[in-house]
Amino acid sequence: MIVQSIFFYLFSLIAIISAIMVTVSRNTVHSVFFLILDFVSISCLFIMGGAEFLGMIMLIVYVGAVAVLFLFVVMMLNVAQQENEWFQSKKGEKSSSSHIPVGFLISVIIFFELVIVIGGWKYKPEITNNLNLQLDIGITNTHSIGAVLYTEYIHLFQISGMILLVSMIGAIVLTYRKREGLKRQSYFNQISREKNSGVELVEVERDKGIKIDV
Amino acid sequence: MFEIGLGHYLTLGAIIFTIGVAGIFLNRKNIIVILMSIELILLAVNINLVSFSAYLNDLTGQIFTLFILTVAAAEAAIGLAIIVVYFRNVRTIRVEEIDKLKG
Repeated sequence: MIVQSIFFYLFSLIAIISAIMVTVSRNTVHSVFFLILDFVSISCLFIMGGAEFLGMIMLIVYVGAVAVLFLFVVMMLNVAQQENEWFQSKKGEKSSSSHIPVGFLISVIIFFELVIVIGGWKYKPEITNNLNLQLDIGITNTHSIGAVLYTEYIHLFQISGMILLVSMIGAIVLTYRKREGLKRQSYFNQISREKNSGVELVEVERDKGIKIDV
Repeated sequence: MFEIGLGHYLTLGAIIFTIGVAGIFLNRKNIIVILMSIELILLAVNINLVSFSAYLNDLTGQIFTLFILTVAAAEAAIGLAIIVVYFRNVRTIRVEEIDKLKG
């Protein structure tokens, strides 16, 4: 039990510190690295809490895809040099930094409200009767999720697939750029080409070339 | 103190949620960091769902965490695409200079 507590405190400390570093770090690339560290430590906590499948999925999806996407965009836009300062404001930028104390105050208030709710919270004992998916100890976490995900939650699963498809198409459509002066294949023109429009018999005069216009 | 219960996990979720909200409020320079703060907030929500799922021995929380993960990935992709398009048009993504809507 004590080993578990030590690991919990270690991972949550790393998670909190790296979450703070994500927001205050001056270099955006460092922010992305700390985001990766945060995801890794939280997924360790998930694995400790018995949700192994989610922990591994979190590693694959967040560290493998989302964080690399962030890193890619940061390096592509070359914003790593743009400094990310939210404490100090240069002179003449008073207007932009005037709401920093208010924002800080509001986040502190949000935190204390959440802590008060957690401290004074109790659930009715009857709630355990309303649970619909009782965890089975005999089979693994992955097995139980798979048994439920494709039967009871199949519609939500398919809708989430549609969401991913829409986001993929949306990202492609948003970032697609038509360049001028670029020669591309035109499939429709190629396929709809006929013999009498494509081939032409030209009478060539002697000692004179012929101009072919494409 | 040494017995790790539901309250510990919920407090961790609250702390990370607050850090994410504060990151959105206080960030003045870089809009990519704001997107990362949104990821932190979604992560805090996931922590809450998984800890309740483990505490109540109920699998529903983990299923919903899976769907939140999906939506978060889609949101990150779309948000970064919008940022790339905006940067291509305006050549900046500093938060203070994004004032086209005169807000």
